Amino acid sequence: MSFDQSDVEKIAHLARLAVPAGEARALGGDLSRILDLVAQMEQVDTSTVEPMAHPLQMTQRLREDRVTEENQRELYQSVAPATEKGLYLVPRVIE
Amino acid sequence: MMHEKSVTELAAGLRSGEFSSVELVEHYLERIERLDGELNSFITVTAEQAIEQARAADARIAAGDAGPVTGIPIAHKDIYCTNGVKTSCGSRMLDNFTAPYDANVVSRLRDAGAVMLGKTNMDEFAMGSTSESSFYGPVKNPWNTGRVPGGSSGGSAVAVAARLCAAATGTDTGGSIRQPASHCGITGLKPTYGRVSRYGMIAYASSLDQGGPMAQTAEDVAFLLQAMAGFDERDSTSSDTPVPDYSATLEDSIEGLKIGLPGEYFDAGLDEGVRKSVEEAVELYKSLGAEIREISLPNTGLAVASYYVVAPAECSSNLSRYDGVRFGHRCDDPVDLEDLYKRSRSEGFGAEVKRRIMIGTYVLSAGYYDAFYLKAQKIRQLISDDFRKAFEQVDVIMGPASPTTAVALGEMADDPVSMYLSDVYTVMTNMAGLPGISIPVAPVEGMPVGLQITGNYFDEARLLNIAHRFQQNSDWHRLMPEGV
Amino acid sequence: MQWETVIGLEIHAQLATRSKIFSGASTAYGAEPNTQACLVSLGMPGVLPVLNREVVRMAIMFGTAIDAELGRRNVFARKNYFYPDLPKGYQISQFELPIVGPGQVEISVDGESKTIGVTRAHLEEDAGKSLHEDFRGMTGIDLNRAGTPLLEIVSEPDMRSAKEAVAYARKIHQIVRYLGICDGNMQEGSFRCDANVSVKLKEHTEFGTRAELKNINSFRFLERAINFEVERQIDLIESGGKVVQETRLYDADKDETRSMRSKEEANDYRYFPDPDLLPVEISDAMIDDVKSALPEMPDMRRDRFESDFELSQQDAESLTASREMADYFETANAIAGDAKLTANWIMGELSAAMNREGRDIVTSPVTAELLGGMVRRIADKTISGKLAKDVFEAMWNGEGSADAIIEAKGLKQITDTGAIEAIVDEVLASNPQQVENYRNAPDDKKGKMIGFFVGQVMKMSKGKANPQQVNQLLREKL
Repeated sequence: MSFDQSDVEKIAHLARLAVPAGEARALGGDLSRILDLVAQMEQVDTSTVEPMAHPLQMTQRLREDRVTEENQRELYQSVAPATEKGLYLVPRVIE
Repeated sequence: MMHEKSVTELAAGLRSGEFSSVELVEHYLERIERLDGELNSFITVTAEQAIEQARAADARIAAGDAGPVTGIPIAHKDIYCTNGVKTSCGSRMLDNFTAPYDANVVSRLRDAGAVMLGKTNMDEFAMGSTSESSFYGPVKNPWNTGRVPGGSSGGSAVAVAARLCAAATGTDTGGSIRQPASHCGITGLKPTYGRVSRYGMIAYASSLDQGGPMAQTAEDVAFLLQAMAGFDERDSTSSDTPVPDYSATLEDSIEGLKIGLPGEYFDAGLDEGVRKSVEEAVELYKSLGAEIREISLPNTGLAVASYYVVAPAECSSNLSRYDGVRFGHRCDDPVDLEDLYKRSRSEGFGAEVKRRIMIGTYVLSAGYYDAFYLKAQKIRQLISDDFRKAFEQVDVIMGPASPTTAVALGEMADDPVSMYLSDVYTVMTNMAGLPGISIPVAPVEGMPVGLQITGNYFDEARLLNIAHRFQQNSDWHRLMPEGV
Repeated sequence: MQWETVIGLEIHAQLATRSKIFSGASTAYGAEPNTQACLVSLGMPGVLPVLNREVVRMAIMFGTAIDAELGRRNVFARKNYFYPDLPKGYQISQFELPIVGPGQVEISVDGESKTIGVTRAHLEEDAGKSLHEDFRGMTGIDLNRAGTPLLEIVSEPDMRSAKEAVAYARKIHQIVRYLGICDGNMQEGSFRCDANVSVKLKEHTEFGTRAELKNINSFRFLERAINFEVERQIDLIESGGKVVQETRLYDADKDETRSMRSKEEANDYRYFPDPDLLPVEISDAMIDDVKSALPEMPDMRRDRFESDFELSQQDAESLTASREMADYFETANAIAGDAKLTANWIMGELSAAMNREGRDIVTSPVTAELLGGMVRRIADKTISGKLAKDVFEAMWNGEGSADAIIEAKGLKQITDTGAIEAIVDEVLASNPQQVENYRNAPDDKKGKMIGFFVGQVMKMSKGKANPQQVNQLLREKL
């Protein structure tokens, strides 16, 4: 399987990663080799197999509808790169 | 010397007043100071807090309110959030991140009285098998500092092996506790998925991640697991299966124990020296009354392939939260939103993390989901079925934890595929969600080898019993690297 | 050419829980920015979601109310995309296996009723809000709303006009309000409608390319936005253009829809089951619980009002528009004992007063008990309908119950024939000329002329004399 430059660009954009033009080829090569490894899966017929999403056969537990969290804005925003008036700042969002 | 003692021995020393927890902590801190410059097993050392916690532990011991790990100096893998302490996950992305809360594992161990010495180095976001991908530089194997310690919990494995702490926590997504334990000559247990809460453990692949203890002996591991295991209402995937007393059954006889040896674990890819050590260990079990049976796990060959779809898929989504907005690395002067995301993420993540995010994004994207992700989930089912059938015939499954002893530093750095392939014996357990332990057996050319024992769901007590019986009849776990 | 409009709606109803869908943070509206953004709302490293029981119960209520198949084993999935108001880089939603499967509701437009299919309803978490005030060229992000539970209700493309779309949206609004699972406040965004609109030639069976309209925050705007969009699409096609599939924002100020510039790429959401959450199983016990506690739904209540109270369909419809209104009517009527009169007062005087003063049925100073007490006094002829208006006014101003006001103001109707006769005699005696004129007038003029005497009697009795009795006595005596 081969992962060409445009595949790298498309996937990098979906994942919001910047791949400098000079690195795209090498990364594409790595990814192609990984996909070749992954392609071993084709050896087995799984048409009648149910997919397994979780190791344990459990169902979702439900919590009671209670407010248990207090305002900790100051603490939580102490690790934020940019805040003002209690808001997280990002470059202007255009809608 | 204090640092040569196991947790069990240290606890006895603390109780008898032979030494205090403060003395013990100071002793380990001095060792870290002196030895870790070379080994690089710690990212953060929390000396002041450790002394404070040790004082409190001494008070508890004096008051007769001590448990088996009270006053014991331990280290946490830097993947566990620690309130007020830097929690980096080995990444530049979180180099500036001070966690505002404690992981469940951290608070449980603290409540039990264990003293935290610091946070250990690891592969970035737990993605790696060599502990070389850390933003803080590679961890070195104390048995040979030209070799890797295994990964991703390499810092914890090295800290225990070099006696820089009495025990440590790790996490295991595809072998990250068992493989470094094997490479460093210590005992490491990956519990059943859901046994230990994942709350506060920074996610790599949520359906595979599981925290567990690493220590010199199975007995020590039992004490730590006792404190770590149990239901947590903040983790929907945590199990409410009752937690047994793990040390109560350590001494049980293993007469008649049925051990399965999967042919697939002893094939051509296995190093001859490692094979011999593992076979010797199995012989010892035979002499203790165990029955050996040849079994088959026919889908072993597909384990790595399917793992490297499921884990990257989950990782690509789990790591989307690192966007430079609420925490973590943010690039300088972003010109727009795209720039903020792309530069912050590209600067914050290392090469291996980016590779896995890319693979994961690809296998989930439109048109590829069925061929990759769904297919891998189906193979996961087949692997799980293999184990289910095997456990109809045997009690536990034994084999090597890794096909070779630790490789040289840099040997796999540019070859992700061969690194992935070295996970062949460990990833299967994670895919099925089963518990597994690695214990030291005879070294090969001076490098440690681990025997992996895989058990049925929630059968940790039996694994610890079997490991402990081995350690009562061998001394491999007592070996210490030279120069420490 | 005859064009036909095809509309499907996606409605997001915020579920009225105390805490968020996956954490114990409060969902209260209007708090200071990020003061209700807990670790889970912020998507901090290491935190995990745990599902709120109430959210599941509310979704089952909705499914039961629209007679839908329930997803007895439903699954949460991750919808992956980057946006600053989406803290984790993915939204936890439901994809392949939603909690509510196919159901339907009845709507009625211009007296014609029609069934609209509901494709599915699924649970998901809401995103935060972007505040575009100027922080030196930056946007501020408030994550208080992030993690608020939403039920996304997706209709079939069954609607053929803006009016039908509005009727359907109102019906869903009415249902969620009756169930008490959503406060329905469109201004605060608790109930949001997106409309998928396309046009096709009537004789064609295949649907045209659709546009998705967003940012609609009232039923009135829903109708306008659709009508604008339909015109736009028809004009476009008729002038040789083609409709492109896109998201368009409705601008209420300009009354137009416009293309969203920022949607430059086709999204690839990479849905997959959320490994942090397990499949949700709905037990028989949970369903039985919900069914036993389910309130009477609007359509059933309307039918019952028609048959039990002999109200017209229109009156019954109006009185069951909301659960609060219907409860008000039933409480008032139980006291008044006259359904038609009670209905008239609610839809007449009370509605007018509420409109005038900006109140609604819940905040009206005249409670159901007060109104019922007053209508009872009209029914038993203690007061006339005319004086009742004064009593109502007094009650609205907080002067107490109808009985207390009647007593205090001496408004009790005079029904004693002797007393009325005395007043009539006095009026006739003091107006001899008018009596003379009346008696000489032709019969067809008399009906009109008697009004003068009635007015004089009512004036002298301060409006309290029973008008029927006054009329009768005057006719006898003249």
